[in-house]
Amino acid sequence: MDGVHDMGGMDGFGKVEVEKNEPPFHAPWEGRVLAMQRAMGYAGAWHIDHSRFAQEKLPPLSYLGTSYYQRWMMAMESNVTERGYATPEELKAGHAKTAGKNLPRKLTPDVVEAGLSRSSFYRQQQGPQKFKPGDKVRTANIHPATHTRLPRYARDKVGVVEMCHGCHMYPDSVATDRGDNPQWLYTVVFDSRELWGPDADPTLKISIDAFEPYLVKA
Amino acid sequence: MAHDHTHDHDHGSELTETQLRVRALETVLTEKGYIDPAALDAIVEAYETKIGPRNGAVVVARAWANPEFKKALLADATKAVASMGHMSRVGDHLVAVENTPKRHNMIVCTLCSCYPWEVLGLPPVWYKSAPYRSRAVKDPRGVLNDFGIDLPKDTEVRVWDSTAETRFIVLPMRPAGTEGWSEDKLADLVTRDCMIGTGLPLDPGAK
Repeated sequence: MDGVHDMGGMDGFGKVEVEKNEPPFHAPWEGRVLAMQRAMGYAGAWHIDHSRFAQEKLPPLSYLGTSYYQRWMMAMESNVTERGYATPEELKAGHAKTAGKNLPRKLTPDVVEAGLSRSSFYRQQQGPQKFKPGDKVRTANIHPATHTRLPRYARDKVGVVEMCHGCHMYPDSVATDRGDNPQWLYTVVFDSRELWGPDADPTLKISIDAFEPYLVKA
Repeated sequence: MAHDHTHDHDHGSELTETQLRVRALETVLTEKGYIDPAALDAIVEAYETKIGPRNGAVVVARAWANPEFKKALLADATKAVASMGHMSRVGDHLVAVENTPKRHNMIVCTLCSCYPWEVLGLPPVWYKSAPYRSRAVKDPRGVLNDFGIDLPKDTEVRVWDSTAETRFIVLPMRPAGTEGWSEDKLADLVTRDCMIGTGLPLDPGAK
């Protein structure tokens, strides 16, 4: 979706401010949010792209006006209630009124090591790879109202395939509960002038990782 | 969510709306049987004490000290890092990109906050912030100036936008004057930011 989360190339956000000796968490609740997210992911309650999509659907002013872990919290509340893991009334009351749904597994202290590891996103290929390194490609001019990982600044642009990362689950499908729909994944590199016009810094090159449905031969 | 009843100013333990909502989530999800608070404690502790940029620094130091390892790292970072054996599994999709006198690499995630957690720990706030996410792909030299770095005019700047599940780590250039240094000593020069591409390794003369 064409939301405020898709920030590449926007102006006006100001200087990058670095905090010296930044702690991993600025308050204990931030750690709880992160850990709950990990635990619910491990349990199979939802996928990472469901979390991303839930954040993207936050009202723009909420997205921009809240902190990072507040966004995570709000996205988690959406996924918990919209996917039927608890009701809004239960969250409001702070207590469960009924038993939970069955989930494939549960993160317990003895398997935390596994919960800390990223799962693999590789999936069985559904067809032959269309592109190879060196191929010129044009990115699609798509504007789905749902989750996509093709950023606005890199749509309808010509670039060159640099790497193929194998076949991965496809976020655009996963986030809308249409299954893994595995797709080939490529790093595609663009000259700055293709993205930002003739006045762009000529020493700059930008790459994205693009799923095959985002690309056509150029 | 309503928070009208939390403003009890006679007590020192006033909770913010956010704290209450997070507590409600944890209680409800625990009572439903989905999560175990003891496992959450362990996750938090791991990110506070074990999973941080030192993991990446020892990888970079080994690549500096050992040409065979460097070759393996650039060919398949997932496999090379896994071969070191002592850190949590990095997932299947790590790519190391090498800085050279001709090319400087920088990592960003314009759409959210993708970051190689297993080798760098949790991303700093600035990495997840709108200023960095918006400017890194259009004005990386300006961003580098915010970090006090001024690259030569003819250096190619290559920005990697982490738009899928591939994760990137920058292999910075080994500082001159470190010949014969141990991997441990070399790792002390490797900062988090130099592995994101918004910094350079520390000056060995200053160590």
